[in-house]
Amino acid sequence: MAASVRLLVRQAIRLSHRNITVTATGVSARPPCRCFSESAEERSTHFGFETVPEAEKAKRVYKVFENVAQKYDIMNDAMSLGIHRLWKDMLLHAMHPQPGARLLDVAGGTGDISFRFLEYVRSQRERQQRRAVRFGQTLSWQDISNSYSTIETDGPRESTAVVCDINKEMLKVGKEKAESLGITAGLSWVVGDAEELPFDDDQFDIYTIAFGIRNVTHIDQALQEALRVLKPGGRFMCLEFSKVTNPLLARLYDAYSFQMIPVLGEVIAGDWKSYQYLVESIRKFPSQEEFKSMIEDAGFYCVQYYNFTGGVVALHSGFKL
Amino acid sequence: MLLFCVQQLHSSSTEFTNIHYDGLYPGHIPTTAVQKALLSIGSGVAALQNPYRHDMVAVLGETTGHLALIKLRDRMRNDPEGYAVLTERPRIRLSTLDLTKMASLPDGSFGREYLRFLEDNDVTPDSRADVKFVDNEELAYVMQRYREVHDLLHTLLGMPTNMLGEVAVKWFEAAQTGLPMCALGAVLGPLRLNASRLQSLFTSLGPWALQSGRRARCVLSIFYERRWEQSLEDLQRELNIEPPPIIPKAKKKT
Repeated sequence: MAASVRLLVRQAIRLSHRNITVTATGVSARPPCRCFSESAEERSTHFGFETVPEAEKAKRVYKVFENVAQKYDIMNDAMSLGIHRLWKDMLLHAMHPQPGARLLDVAGGTGDISFRFLEYVRSQRERQQRRAVRFGQTLSWQDISNSYSTIETDGPRESTAVVCDINKEMLKVGKEKAESLGITAGLSWVVGDAEELPFDDDQFDIYTIAFGIRNVTHIDQALQEALRVLKPGGRFMCLEFSKVTNPLLARLYDAYSFQMIPVLGEVIAGDWKSYQYLVESIRKFPSQEEFKSMIEDAGFYCVQYYNFTGGVVALHSGFKL
Repeated sequence: MLLFCVQQLHSSSTEFTNIHYDGLYPGHIPTTAVQKALLSIGSGVAALQNPYRHDMVAVLGETTGHLALIKLRDRMRNDPEGYAVLTERPRIRLSTLDLTKMASLPDGSFGREYLRFLEDNDVTPDSRADVKFVDNEELAYVMQRYREVHDLLHTLLGMPTNMLGEVAVKWFEAAQTGLPMCALGAVLGPLRLNASRLQSLFTSLGPWALQSGRRARCVLSIFYERRWEQSLEDLQRELNIEPPPIIPKAKKKT
């Protein structure tokens, strides 16, 4: 099939990259035996409305998030008037993870998704246990004593969440938040690049990337990596700002984005430019349908998207089969 | 198998804000009228909530000071020394000051007293924020000059950096410059003073500051960088500034 051939070609190219030492220039390593006609220095990409060389985008994105990390959560609440919490709750609801699931939360930064995930499976587990107890209460004494001997020696599999982010500042803030919330069991923090994840193949049940993929320089590579690290049957879920369909709402949203958000950034975080970048990068991200095709191209099946708040945010989901 | 080392990312030392400026001067952020209005309200609220947010006070000044800046600039243009300041654009920074030379100046000279003020109050001229939201390059310089002259004003007026001293300087600046931010500071600053200080403010220090501000020559027009050797008293007389009636107790370095 065309999809798998493309996959193999891409994997072969990436393997050839790995034989070359990664230098300090970061994401777009420049191997001498590049198969494409242009070299990475000449290729340019967008950084908000600016055009920058690809090698520079990752650096600048890193700087942005290093600057905003401390005020990230406060700014999210201020900019979205708290609605971002609802969006993330809806992601979890659509995910409906079961106890024992392994989550990889890429660009997970301050940990919002992972914390919700662990809360969700914990309450699911409690519900299961309550159901088991209730069921056990109607059994006869004989059956109950039989069940004691068949208790598994190793308990049910614990759910784990791995928060992976390229930015150490964001992870630091996330870790501090976890400690203050008292969430430690089943949570790990890993520094990593979405375009080249430090994990083996077929590791995770669920891969999420919430409001992170538009900052990645090569989105297709990130999608490839997502496919790689997911188990067969695993689910890819991406929450991202998208295109508003209703024209009136779109105009209000644009006015709010460009007039209000950088002002909020300046007043609350003392950083106008990072938030200017944020609203511009939202405009540069592909539309719902386009992104759906990109996910399908990467090799996912049953790709769907759901619009939240009139298309301000879209949830894309696909499966590795 | 982590091939990508995040720490090696920044090989260039250029700061994020200085790489690309599409404004009229380094650090300029062009803003619409709506954004300026929102900024002035937001920064006002933020500055009131947390007076230590000097950046918010700065933003408030920039977004509300357009008319006052124009008037100040015109005053400077009409003064020969002020005109020289406007054309030569001197900046007061640790890197531009010759500290050893200033320390060797005699006591009572402007330069020596300024240095003493910096040491006694543990401040540095480099802590002033850069102007961002003024959409005219010359007016932005006037604003920047106003900020950098603030410490010199403390020396000229003999005011320490405690709350009462700062309020006195603000009253002087409000009378001199007409900047709305100064006026706001002048009105709200006293709210943080205790009763005895309020009394000294309203009875002696305040009226003196206002009168001096109105009578004095435009303090932005002075080319301070060429007057370090001048005696402080001489400079005060030239500027029409009378010595203060009382000196609020300065906080001494232990």
